[in-house]
Amino acid sequence: MSAAPETGSKQDFLRVEDLKVHFRLNRRLFAEQRLVHAVDGVSFSIRRGTTFGLVGESGSGKSTTAFAIMRLVKLTGGRIDLDGIDLGGLEGKALREMRRRFQIIFQDPYSSLNPRMRAGAIVREPMDLMAIGNPEERDGKVAEIFRRVGLRPEQQALFPHQFSGGQRQRIGVARALSTEPDLIVCDEPVSALDVAIQAQILNLLRNLQRELGLTYLFISHDLGVVQYVCDEVAVMYLGRIVEQGDRISLFGKPLHPYTWALLSAVPSTDPALHSKGRRIRLVGDPPSPIDPPAGCRFVARCPFAVERCHAESPRLRTIHPGHSVACHLVDDDGNAPHHRLD
Amino acid sequence: MSEPVLEVDNLSVTFRTRNGLAQVLDHVSFSLGQGETLGIVGESGCGKSMTALSIMGLVPTPPGRIAGGAVRLRGEDLLSAGERRMRSIRGNEISMIFQEPMTSLNPVFTVGEQIAETVRLHEGLSQRDALARAVETLKAVGIPAPEKRVSEYPHQLSGGMRQRVMIAMALACNPSVLIADEPTTALDVTVQAQIFDLLRELQDRTNAAIVLITHDMGAIAETADKVVVMYAGRIIESGTVGEILADPRHPYTQGLIACVPHFLANPPVERPPLVEIPGLVPPLSDLGTGCAFAPRCRHVMPRCRGERPPLMAAEPGHEAACWLLDEAVPA
Ligand SMILES: Nc1ncnc2c1ncn2[C@@H]1O[C@H](COP(=O)(O)OP(=O)(O)OP(=O)(O)O)[C@@H](O)[C@H]1O
Ligand SMILES: Nc1ncnc2c1ncn2[C@@H]1O[C@H](COP(=O)(O)OP(=O)(O)OP(=O)(O)O)[C@@H](O)[C@H]1O
Ligand code: SF4
Ligand SMILES: [Mg+2]
Ligand SMILES: [Mg+2]
Repeated sequence: MSAAPETGSKQDFLRVEDLKVHFRLNRRLFAEQRLVHAVDGVSFSIRRGTTFGLVGESGSGKSTTAFAIMRLVKLTGGRIDLDGIDLGGLEGKALREMRRRFQIIFQDPYSSLNPRMRAGAIVREPMDLMAIGNPEERDGKVAEIFRRVGLRPEQQALFPHQFSGGQRQRIGVARALSTEPDLIVCDEPVSALDVAIQAQILNLLRNLQRELGLTYLFISHDLGVVQYVCDEVAVMYLGRIVEQGDRISLFGKPLHPYTWALLSAVPSTDPALHSKGRRIRLVGDPPSPIDPPAGCRFVARCPFAVERCHAESPRLRTIHPGHSVACHLVDDDGNAPHHRLD
Repeated sequence: MSEPVLEVDNLSVTFRTRNGLAQVLDHVSFSLGQGETLGIVGESGCGKSMTALSIMGLVPTPPGRIAGGAVRLRGEDLLSAGERRMRSIRGNEISMIFQEPMTSLNPVFTVGEQIAETVRLHEGLSQRDALARAVETLKAVGIPAPEKRVSEYPHQLSGGMRQRVMIAMALACNPSVLIADEPTTALDVTVQAQIFDLLRELQDRTNAAIVLITHDMGAIAETADKVVVMYAGRIIESGTVGEILADPRHPYTQGLIACVPHFLANPPVERPPLVEIPGLVPPLSDLGTGCAFAPRCRHVMPRCRGERPPLMAAEPGHEAACWLLDEAVPA
């Protein structure tokens, strides 16, 4: 992979600033316009060669954030910089050039591959579309990528249904690698796989990162996987990041009441988690992103909410280097309301 | 342990497939007492759901066929029970919660009508009493505003609420056995925890025996008393949850536990590569005569390929089907 020179002083490879994606729900004339605030002011950055995790309930805006970075949905607001270049300002050839540098892997290896295309053609297609190399070079490249992801070159001639689920996900990874990207967005890449196959794919992604210096945005609802794979993690709730930190401090000492509740709900084989004053249960379902509450997004389900939480939206502030939280009740020394209960 | 409520005894099921006869279940045996929870784990296609369907008398025949064995509910053999008797057992004495509640709830009836129908059939309540009972049941499973929800259709509920409705229906008649097949797979972690709490609470109250099918070792650790591990239609290890997690004896079980990045209270700084189980589950129509795990096993010995290992005791109540156990015991 092209080891592009470091731009500026920043190590940040991807920077997302105040990203907003709103969807219009009702297109009927005269009907009340309703907006889904799917992503509503999200900022984060990812260092080159590292893995950044997004977690949060279903509907919290993880995939929409990923799609916005991939330019698969229209931004309502905000800015995305890749390697120091503002993606929003690009058009035509410059955009196409840039596009090859970021790719996506989806959850479902069944539906994300065209059943009528041979595996080799699926992996080759992005190169053809972006006119990368000449046709002979592409043939060689596809064979090389197949080997890299643990498929045999002669399997290029097979159709998706002739592969197992894990092999299909390898094809998805191979397709993502075909344009020599620097950033790969992985949206639930192992959720549909058996644990034995999951381990194979996670090891593959890890090896590729080491060999090629890849940067990952990694979305998963499996917190064991996130804890293992990600260097930094952001927790989303109703379109906002409520907490963000490096894996050790975020999982070791969660600051936001939602993160705390989320982590406490994960069933675990770790006996340390069976005793530890655990088991706080959130009641109810997350509210709708159509009319999000004015104050803290978590207010309706938070066991500690005070008046201020209803009125004022908490900003994301840094408590320790590399660990920030958006909660009125966490003080500047990192004392959180739930710490009293632990 | 008291008298077993449910006994599965050498149950075998075959399916006719394009590639020949598939041995989908091969001499599966376990038993379960009142108030006990048994976890069934294993990779996709190893026969977990088929075990559940066999207990419920719902194996599609043909192409399926019960090739042998017995399923006993308090001593009564269900495999030879007639369809009428099975209908009365399903829902009354054995209930099942399926993975995707949307496919098992009827989209054209309200939630209340469906629960009411169940209790009316099983307890002969009047329409009005049955509806009142439906509201009560929804309340018991923690659905907010049950008076309002009772007249809504399944698609109007969130996934978590639908799963709670399924549980409400499954429990409306106080079954003595509840089978939960991946009951929380599609749900958020926080909702999943609510569902598991609910199952535990209901078990405490009704003393039902629960069969929990899941791929989540964490859920097994926190919910099950006993565990059976299935591989290619057979039970390859069984024991208490403590024994299975702390001292798995079958190489497959060891791999299954080691390959998962378990969620930990404090993740370690070092992250070694995950242990992999190489290869795939073999096709059930072509299992050969040896250990079905042999092609993927790190410890495979010549004997493993020719001769199928039976379940052997590792310690009292803990068995594994692996020749390594035989080697360990001096002849
Ligand atoms: N094209 C769309 N039109 C309208 N609403 C949408 C659209 N895409 C997403 N949404 C809504 O935006 C919100 C965020 O969805 P998103 O798919 O980003 O969530 P997610 O965090 O990825 O959830 P999951 O864990 O279920 O994948 C949801 O309420 C969703 O219904
Ligand atoms: N109608 C059928 N005809 C032929 N084979 C079938 C049929 N139904 C199921 N099988 C086979 O029976 C085996 C056991 O299936 P089962 O559904 O019990 O697996 P499982 O352990 O529940 O897997 P999963 O974790 O994917 O739910 C599988 O190999 C499957 O292919
Ligand atoms: S019997 Fe042999 S092949 Fe089978 S699990 Fe044991 S050691 Fe491995
Ligand atoms: Mg998503
Ligand atoms: Mg199943």
